[in-house]
Amino acid sequence: MSTRIADRRPAALQAALTGFLVLWLVVAAFPFLWTLWGSFKVEGDFFSKADWVNALTGPLTQVETGGAFTGQGYWGAWVQEEFWRAALNTLIVVVCVTCISLTFGTLGGYALSRSPYRYAFWLLIVALVFRAMPPVTLVSGYLLPFFQWNLWGHLPTAIIVLVAINQPFTLWMLTSFFRNIPKDLDESAMVDGCSRFQAFRHVIIPVMWPGVITTGLFSFLLAYNDFAVTAMLLSTENQTMVPKLASFLGTTQTKGNVMFAVAAVVSTTAPLFVLVLFFQRQIVSGLTAGAVKG
Amino acid sequence: MKHRTFLWFILPSATAMVLFIALPILSVLIQSVFAPHEQVVREVENCTVFGCTMTTMVDQEATRALREAEPLGRFVGFGIYTDRNHLATSEIGAQWAASTGIGDFVNRLLNLPFYGALAFTLTYTALVTPLSIAFGFVIALSVNALPRLFRGPMIFVSLLPMIVTPLVGALILFWMVDARGILGAALQAVAGDPTLSVLASTPLMWTMLIVYGVWSSAPFAFVVYYAGLQTVPQDTLESAMIDGATRWHRIRYVVLPHLLPLTTFMALIKIMDNFRVFEPIVSFNAAAHAQSLSYFIYSDLGGETRLLSSAAATSVLTILGVVVLLSPVLVRTWRSFGRGVA
Amino acid sequence: MTISVRGLALSALLGATALTPTIALAADCGVAAGRVSIVGNEFPAIQSVAAKAGECAGLTVSTNLTADHQKINLPGMQGNPAEYTSAIIGTSSIVALMKEDVIRPLDDLVAAYGQDIPPQQLITIDGQVKAVAFMANSQHLVYRKDVLEQVGLEPPKTYEELLAAAEAIRAAGIMQNPVGGAYAAGWNLAQEFVNMYIGMGGAFFEPGTPNVSVNNAQGVAALEMMKALTAYMNPDYLTHDSNATSAEWEAGNVALMNMWGSRTGVLMDTEGSAPEVHTNTMVGAPLTVGGGTTPATTLWWDGWTVARNISDEDAAATFVALKTATSPALLNDTTMGQAVWMIEGYQPAPVNQGVMETMAMGAQPYPMLPYMGLLHTALGDNIADFLTGKEDAATTLADVEAAYTAAAREKGFIQ
Repeated sequence: MSTRIADRRPAALQAALTGFLVLWLVVAAFPFLWTLWGSFKVEGDFFSKADWVNALTGPLTQVETGGAFTGQGYWGAWVQEEFWRAALNTLIVVVCVTCISLTFGTLGGYALSRSPYRYAFWLLIVALVFRAMPPVTLVSGYLLPFFQWNLWGHLPTAIIVLVAINQPFTLWMLTSFFRNIPKDLDESAMVDGCSRFQAFRHVIIPVMWPGVITTGLFSFLLAYNDFAVTAMLLSTENQTMVPKLASFLGTTQTKGNVMFAVAAVVSTTAPLFVLVLFFQRQIVSGLTAGAVKG
Repeated sequence: MKHRTFLWFILPSATAMVLFIALPILSVLIQSVFAPHEQVVREVENCTVFGCTMTTMVDQEATRALREAEPLGRFVGFGIYTDRNHLATSEIGAQWAASTGIGDFVNRLLNLPFYGALAFTLTYTALVTPLSIAFGFVIALSVNALPRLFRGPMIFVSLLPMIVTPLVGALILFWMVDARGILGAALQAVAGDPTLSVLASTPLMWTMLIVYGVWSSAPFAFVVYYAGLQTVPQDTLESAMIDGATRWHRIRYVVLPHLLPLTTFMALIKIMDNFRVFEPIVSFNAAAHAQSLSYFIYSDLGGETRLLSSAAATSVLTILGVVVLLSPVLVRTWRSFGRGVA
Repeated sequence: MTISVRGLALSALLGATALTPTIALAADCGVAAGRVSIVGNEFPAIQSVAAKAGECAGLTVSTNLTADHQKINLPGMQGNPAEYTSAIIGTSSIVALMKEDVIRPLDDLVAAYGQDIPPQQLITIDGQVKAVAFMANSQHLVYRKDVLEQVGLEPPKTYEELLAAAEAIRAAGIMQNPVGGAYAAGWNLAQEFVNMYIGMGGAFFEPGTPNVSVNNAQGVAALEMMKALTAYMNPDYLTHDSNATSAEWEAGNVALMNMWGSRTGVLMDTEGSAPEVHTNTMVGAPLTVGGGTTPATTLWWDGWTVARNISDEDAAATFVALKTATSPALLNDTTMGQAVWMIEGYQPAPVNQGVMETMAMGAQPYPMLPYMGLLHTALGDNIADFLTGKEDAATTLADVEAAYTAAAREKGFIQ
């Protein structure tokens, strides 16, 4: 499509845009590359208060490990601290959260997009107000009932809470997406004798995937990066990655092992790379079809 | 859609939200107008390995009686909302009377915790929201101008600030902006001032938090806009070109109007997220220079003695703040909703 | 965690005490059945205690050791039956549990199963045993021997001497900012004020009441001393928590600081710093200030409690499991260096001398008051305004008092 006539640009503009992009490339990627590099050093180098050049040259890494690079952080996190357990829990949590969020969200979003009544609008607004609630407050409110009903600490509890917290955003995204699917499509199916649900199933589901996948990406990231809910609602053996990372950071009175956290962060970003590359086309086409019309 | 069908479709989503958001919000509302019981305190002797001292403790028997009489606590109405650590209504009056001028009054007002935090929160929201949206837009335009081959990797790099776990991402940035970190040293070199320290000065700390906010939320705007750009009607663009519209005119009169609904959606989400700014303050240890409403909630809930009512009141005020900020956008959505379904 | 293994390898080396290695067998702890569920912080010493408790025969022991333990221990003990039968807590956190009445008095259990617990380990409040302490911690002086020798000074005994030493080091051109301190706004900064104010001889509250009184001569003096110290600190001091302060130390930028005893092992080991730094790192007694005799520091203990809302059988099981876990049987070459244990048979390593001297000097424990946490938060939120020069000392202290009073009124301490 770069041949489209409207895309032709004067050289100066093209150069300016490219220059800007290179700048952004550096700004976006540099902290991550720095982390990637540093994860193979010891803490005394990467988190040096003496001179930042130490993170590049790594004098202490040389002294302490005998090499310029060390895999200690990775070994410590994955083997010694059994970070893979947390990774497994995270996998369970994000897969469940994404699937359940999308199931609930598509049903609700479809209904909201097809309802001509004012209450549909108010429902959306109420959902938005729900989203304004700081999650810290919500979570501290859960603690007592969850302990009392013996729900605290289990993965399903954290999953359903994350689904609920995620619903407002999912509903908004999906509603705007479904509004873009022409109403005639399902209504003609209903004229042909389908029930509303059959119309949804046979006509809407086949065309909704791009929007659903985009929304899914945001649900995925939310569940993946969540700290407030998982740190407070999961017991140590069910911990997901982010609270586990936080436990590597130490407390006021005791020192942690920050390099474990750094290594863990780097190694858990890799699967996301793959995921983004894999779904990249769907992400874009999904938003194209969906949120565009607000 | 019939009411009944609608109900069945919305039921799972609504149930989840009612159970885990609406009910907690209700309990937070109740909590914010009830304070814990009066604590009957008496002096006792306290012996530890370090020796015995006289100290005070809560008289459990007496307090238990109070607790059973009023299980919800003391009803205080809006007492917590108006106390010094929140809206400070009576303190404002006193400060007004004591101040020497409007500038002095503003200083005194900002010294009250709630208003100081509000000042930072609003500044942050007002700057980060438009900047990150504008920044995301320019990135989207630039990526869109790239040859197809480079677009994939570029999208993926642009998403990095959003992907890396904020907890560790901000920690690493904190060390990078340290006076002896790579960014801190670079800034010193640029400014030609070897004593410059971002973390030591309030204006620089605010700037850094805002830059971090833009950096971490620009990718969201980028993804949304990039997708939006794919659907700009090409025929409109081309006919505009034939009519002799300049590049800027085409962006101004074709592309921007096309992306307007998207902008509304993002503004809604971003205003809300930015108003609840919290993580960077903790990660950068910035509390000496900048506090936000969400930081107050965190500190109320994180202390040794948890201030549940205070946290509840601040949460309610946060929701109200979000509603006020969003009201212009909501009114717009209301109108377009009317149009969309009519 | 490797860090702790390093720390204790070192202290085992220096401590040089021969101990009979304890053989880990399913031990008979005195009660044959019951549920034990422990919540506590996650550092190595507490891990060791929890692991030892798990060795008791016949008891079902589960643990949840996490840095967020303070947020979950209270709700986790409020249910009936309580999820946790024991919370491992410290000087300041026990008051929150006592205030909500979720821990039981231990006198009957001590009588039945705990006759051999040394009386000094029993935390007695109002005549009732509420907890059993097993380890101690405090902040004290850490200094660089070589740097002080270069300027020809003895290790400081008072904050005034420390300031003089800092000036000498700066004047000699050895270090620009020779003083370190965990002055990060919030909990850390408030803790430093608490230390300094105690050193100045101040009292936080009017005796026997929850009415705060820090806006006084001692309060101003404490703030002024803190500000004087910050003149010799890295300009970023308000963002430096104990992690960043330790990193400053290991980078060799700092020669004098007040630091947690539990963190000194890491500073003195061979990792993370150049040899000239770690070989010259020494610990000393805490400092006094303003001509006072009370050291400007606080003592902290960690101990275990038993929940109220559990059956007598579980309470007995919890009691014996933790009693066994904090008895001399816990101590071996591995665990010896993990903490300053308050257990008979403990041999302090040189790295732990700071905490031992703190105790010897008669330092005050951190105030065990139900409303101290509120004051701590108020201090942490307000002191930075004075140090950055936004306000004078009296205004800052007035703000602290006002913030505390509003919070204490909400909590029902002040009517």
